[in-house]
Amino acid sequence: MAKKYNTYDHMRDAFVDAMTDLAAANKNLVMLDADLSGCVNSGCFQAKYPDRFFNVGISEADMVGIAAGLSATGLIPVAHTFACFASRRAFDQFFLSANYAKQNVKLVGTDPGITSQMNGGTHMPFEDFGLMKMVPGLVVFEPSDSVSCYKLSQQAAIHKGSTYMRLQRKGTTVRYTDDTKIELGRGIVIKDGIDVTLIATGLVMVDAAVKAVELLEAEGISAAVIDMHTVKPLDEALVLEYAKKTGKIVTIENAQRCNGLGSAISDYLSEVHPTLVKRMGIDDEFGEVGTLAYLQKRYSLMPEDIVKTVLALK
Amino acid sequence: MLNEAEVKALQKKAIDIRKLTIGAIANLGAGHIGGAMSIVELLTILYHKWMQVDPTDPKKVDRDKLVVSKGHSGPAVYATLADKGFFPLEWLDTLNQGGTNLPSHCDMNKTPGVDFTTGSLGQGSSAAVGIALGNRYQGIERFTYLVLGDGESQEGQVWEAAMSAAQFKLGKLIAFTDYNKQQLDDYCDNIMGMDPLDEKWASFGWHVQKIDGHDFNALDAAIEAAQAETKKPSMIVLDTVKSKGYCFGEGIKGNHSMGINTEQASEAIAKLESEV
Repeated sequence: MAKKYNTYDHMRDAFVDAMTDLAAANKNLVMLDADLSGCVNSGCFQAKYPDRFFNVGISEADMVGIAAGLSATGLIPVAHTFACFASRRAFDQFFLSANYAKQNVKLVGTDPGITSQMNGGTHMPFEDFGLMKMVPGLVVFEPSDSVSCYKLSQQAAIHKGSTYMRLQRKGTTVRYTDDTKIELGRGIVIKDGIDVTLIATGLVMVDAAVKAVELLEAEGISAAVIDMHTVKPLDEALVLEYAKKTGKIVTIENAQRCNGLGSAISDYLSEVHPTLVKRMGIDDEFGEVGTLAYLQKRYSLMPEDIVKTVLALK
Repeated sequence: MLNEAEVKALQKKAIDIRKLTIGAIANLGAGHIGGAMSIVELLTILYHKWMQVDPTDPKKVDRDKLVVSKGHSGPAVYATLADKGFFPLEWLDTLNQGGTNLPSHCDMNKTPGVDFTTGSLGQGSSAAVGIALGNRYQGIERFTYLVLGDGESQEGQVWEAAMSAAQFKLGKLIAFTDYNKQQLDDYCDNIMGMDPLDEKWASFGWHVQKIDGHDFNALDAAIEAAQAETKKPSMIVLDTVKSKGYCFGEGIKGNHSMGINTEQASEAIAKLESEV
């Protein structure tokens, strides 16, 4: 029976299943963790492939370096930790030992941005998109549901070169079906529209954009919604198509709006087809503790905030 | 145990490598002479006795690997590899120049025979753990060698890797510390002392030996003993002299990286030749 990717309760389960399934056919795939295996449930992988799972303890820099060494022997290491540590703490190791050395390390950072909730400001990476985008040649992406998580994480694993996946661990939604065409580097048009295009990334932000569309319809505004799961390389053709079609773009990301998705789109359009791009995201602030609902309001990332932003567009 | 002829041959080879190293740096005008010269005996015995490598097939899967984590020792590594036949000796004249295959710090994607890219100190230690782990999982029965600097051992990542290598019982990982007692700014003890280094490694669960790093017989015996230890990773602390064999650098402060002109190089090389 075909697998039902949209039946997972949490995106982390889709990720670990995707790796476990791929490992059955690819004996080179190995997984690493830095004492957060219990948070992503990679124990399922470990139980099936105990000789292919390495828990290095609380040492993220070492984990990324070991992953680079494993890659140098021809293996495909998939290394997980929280996004704050994957980006901030092990950045030099990922930059040099993995990327500059042209290795094949699949780094996964969980609990990005406001989804780190009760772990608070210390664990709340708004800057990982920006940091990772600056690594030459790196593929940077964030799935928005279990189906895209399963498919994109497998595509990243077989991609030749290092990748960074930003992953909301807990929760998921039913957005796509098993048959939806989902491809690394290609945005997904969730809904077409003619007045404005909402381009979002990640579960919470794509959800907010989809809800905003309904509210905008009540205002007589037809908004398109794109799930831009891959922030780098950017799907420039799709961005250009919708810039021409709707003339206005609002980007929504659970990250610093400086040097993230909105920046990538602005950078591109300013050179080829100057278009009004309003970038929603975190505005040069640190994170803080709270529930997801509190934080989404606190950082003005609610569907109503998107509506306000669209209505204010000239 | 090496016989007298073997020791003499290795000593002669070490002089050749030192001459090439001094020549390459002098051709450029300046470079990391200190930490390059202090590991010449180690590189010589690794590439001419212990390491199973094929200069005609540098990426051969079934080979021993060397990670020189103190990547600024590149000039000595390049001299050793060129002398061994991995690439033409003429390449040494391009050291650190635009478009070169021999950059200041070791680069596995540019230099045939270099097994891992290093430069940000400490990172080679984890990479070597990963290589040893990957080899074991894939049934590749080869050794992974790692060279650390003493100053480099102030990096926390070295000790993270020390823990993981012991935890994973990497018996085929053999590391060396180039204990030349000097770092860029001053003598290590004046900056951030690390003694007793051997006891630190032993307490991290490694098989530890401390030897004269310029003595071929001691090196040979220590590597043999390290290979015989199959349950633990091995650390061989090499008591060395920074800038060993470059007479204008030995025993002075500031010999981490220094200018070398052609006259100094000629005089230093003549002195080395007179010692044969």
